[in-house]
This record gives sequence, C-alpha cells and structure tokens, in this order.
Amino acid sequence: MGIAISMTVNGAAVSAEIDPRTLLVDFLRVNLGLTGTHVGCDTAQCGACTIHLDGRAVKSCNVLALQANGARVTTIEGLAGSGELHPMQAAFKECHGLQCGFCTPGMVMSAIDLVQRHPNADEATIRAQLEGNLCRCTGYHNIVKAVQQGAAAMSR
Amino acid sequence: MYAVEYQKAKSAADASGLIAKSGGRALAGGQSLIGAMKLRLAQPGTLVDLAGIPELAGIRVESGTLSIGAMTRHADVAGSADVKRTIPALAALAEGIGDRQVRNMGTIGGSLANNDPAADWPAAVLALGATVITHQRRIGASDFFKGMYETALAADEIITAVSFPVPRKAAYVKFPNPASRFALVGVFVAQLADGSARVAVTGAAPSVFRAASVEAALAKAFTPDAAKAAHVDAAGLSSDLHASAAYRAHLIPVIAARAVAAA
Repeated sequence: MGIAISMTVNGAAVSAEIDPRTLLVDFLRVNLGLTGTHVGCDTAQCGACTIHLDGRAVKSCNVLALQANGARVTTIEGLAGSGELHPMQAAFKECHGLQCGFCTPGMVMSAIDLVQRHPNADEATIRAQLEGNLCRCTGYHNIVKAVQQGAAAMSR
Repeated sequence: MYAVEYQKAKSAADASGLIAKSGGRALAGGQSLIGAMKLRLAQPGTLVDLAGIPELAGIRVESGTLSIGAMTRHADVAGSADVKRTIPALAALAEGIGDRQVRNMGTIGGSLANNDPAADWPAAVLALGATVITHQRRIGASDFFKGMYETALAADEIITAVSFPVPRKAAYVKFPNPASRFALVGVFVAQLADGSARVAVTGAAPSVFRAASVEAALAKAFTPDAAKAAHVDAAGLSSDLHASAAYRAHLIPVIAARAVAAA
C-alpha cells in the first residue's frame, strides 16, 4: 500500500514510500525528523504547522504528503543559512516575539510569506494577514513588532 | 483518518473514470475534505487528485464573462489583475475566505462541489447567475445548489471552470462567526448587466438561497436604505448555538445594505 513520493525539502532531495493518508506534517516530523514544524490543533486553525509549499505558506496538518509530491518544501529548519539566523528569525529573537515558543515556527513561516507579498505592510495588514496563526500566550503585540522589524531587515 | 488509496488524474475525463471505477472522491485543495476525513466524517476509499490538470487551471476574460478554472486557488483569485479589473467583488470575496494558508491551497471548484452551508463562493455564483462548467455539461447556478453539501453534480462529474457574467456592480459582505470566521450570514448583491438586482445569502440556511424580498426592494432602488427596509422571513433559516433564525433574518437586510453600499 506504500506509494513512492519525492520532493525537495530545505534544498535537499528526499524520497520515501508512504501510506497515502500520511499528512505532510507527519512526513516532515516522523520520516524526516524535522520536528521544528509543530502540530498544535491538528484541525487547520492554529497555524503552528505552517510551512512553505512551492514558496507559499500552507498548513501542513491539512495537506497530504502526496499533495507535495514533486514540490519544493521549506520548513523552519531551512531558513537559517550557514549558522546565521534568517532576518525574520533574528527579529523575533530581538523583539521577544515569543513567549512559550510553540507557535513561533509557524508565525515565522507565515511572516515571511506575508512580507514577500506586502513588503511595506502596516500593523493592521500584519494583524489581518496573520489571522491563520494563533498564539496561545496572546503575545501578538511583540509578534507584530517582530514582523515589522523583520520586514525592514528583509528589504535591506 | 482511515486508510485511503490515492490516484493522480491526468485530465478531467481521466479523473471521472478513476472515480467511477473506484467509487472514490475528487481531491481538489483538500482544505475541507482532509479535515472531514481526519474527523471520519468523510471516508472515501480512494482519493483522485485533480492537481496539475491543465484544463482546470487559468483565469480568462472573454466577451462579458470572467471564467475561473476549477483548481484556481482562492489566493490566486484574490491576487488576479483580471478578476480585480472585471469583477472586483470576487477578488475581495476570495481574500476573505479562511486564512492565508487555507487560501493558498483551497480552490473555487472544491468549494462549490462541497457546497458547505456557510461557504462564500456559492453566494457569488448564485447572485451573479454564473454557469458551472463540468467535463460533461454546463449547469446554471439556479440548478446547481441542491441542499446542504448537495449539488447537481453526479458522483463522477468534475467541475472544470466557473463562468461569471460581468455585472454592472457587485459586492459581498459577511458577518463572520467570531471563532470560526465562517459566515454567520453572508450576502452577495449584484446589479446585473441588464439592470436587474440579485441577492444571494450564505450561512443562514442549509444551502445558499436568493433573498426575494431584498431583490424586490433593490429592483425599485439599488440603495442601502432600500435593502435595509426589506423584511426577511425567519421560516426555514438555520438556528444554532451561534444565532437564532430570527437573528439571521434580521441580519440579512442589514448585511445586504452594507454590501450595496460597498458595490
């Protein structure tokens, strides 16, 4: 019952035989050991599982791994190049855009998708565009600040 | 979720054949179906993936109509210059569906085939008198929506595109449930090319419907005040823990008035 699947994850080619019902988030976490992508609600609401599928933010708990067959996937582990944090990661760290940190990988992945589409997003736009990411600590104020600082750093 | 087989279709006809043979279901973006399968509300034995089928893709503007391919993602409708130029209300509607991540996967064809009672797309299709095009036939909006999660589609029939006649003006406004963000009441108002007024309501009943009393009021004067003065009967409307039928009946003219103001 296994189906062959292959994709590019964080720049590396990966392939496996999987059960067709395998969710993309489980493929990333269990098969590839990329546990930076979190499972929060498992019902496509909280956004902790957000990754980039061909450059676009999606909720990997609501996508079958087979829907990513042949695609290019980026997870939180794929952002920092050669030991240096991605500007958005650095901004979350500097602005204390996290409390418990559980939602952070999804927040960062959504924030990068957001800034790529709205490089000069104001606070209202950031809040609206992050609708699909929930912070249970309610740390939104610093998250929005971090996204603004990260956006500025990404444009440099 | 329960075990499921997976097949990838090469064309709409191929998908139809695979579904007929397997008794399975089409997988579009999966943003409703995968969640339903996880909850075991849906238990298809086979999923037939429609992704990558060329005839289901693309947005085209032809004489007086806007055609949107069934597998077009909500985010791509929202960002389309052609949609913004011809029927901006559809771009705004698409931008209001779910959240960014859902809009990046979910498709217009999937939403219509699913016909969720609170989905946004059915209101646009019904109000604009759009045509749902399948690999076999063309289905008028008034014949397409049959009831809760029920459409005129045969089990193995694949939507390829939706064709919207360009109206004079149109707008969609929804009153979202504060938690789910689904429409408690959503109203799409349109003044069609022939000057007639059409009003379709989602979220308020088991399936999308036209609000005849609001249409009659807008036929006399396409103004917010006219919409607001219309009376909508609560009979047949949904009543649940989020809102009573009477409250939904009250909301329909109010939201319709806001939509007319935005059109």
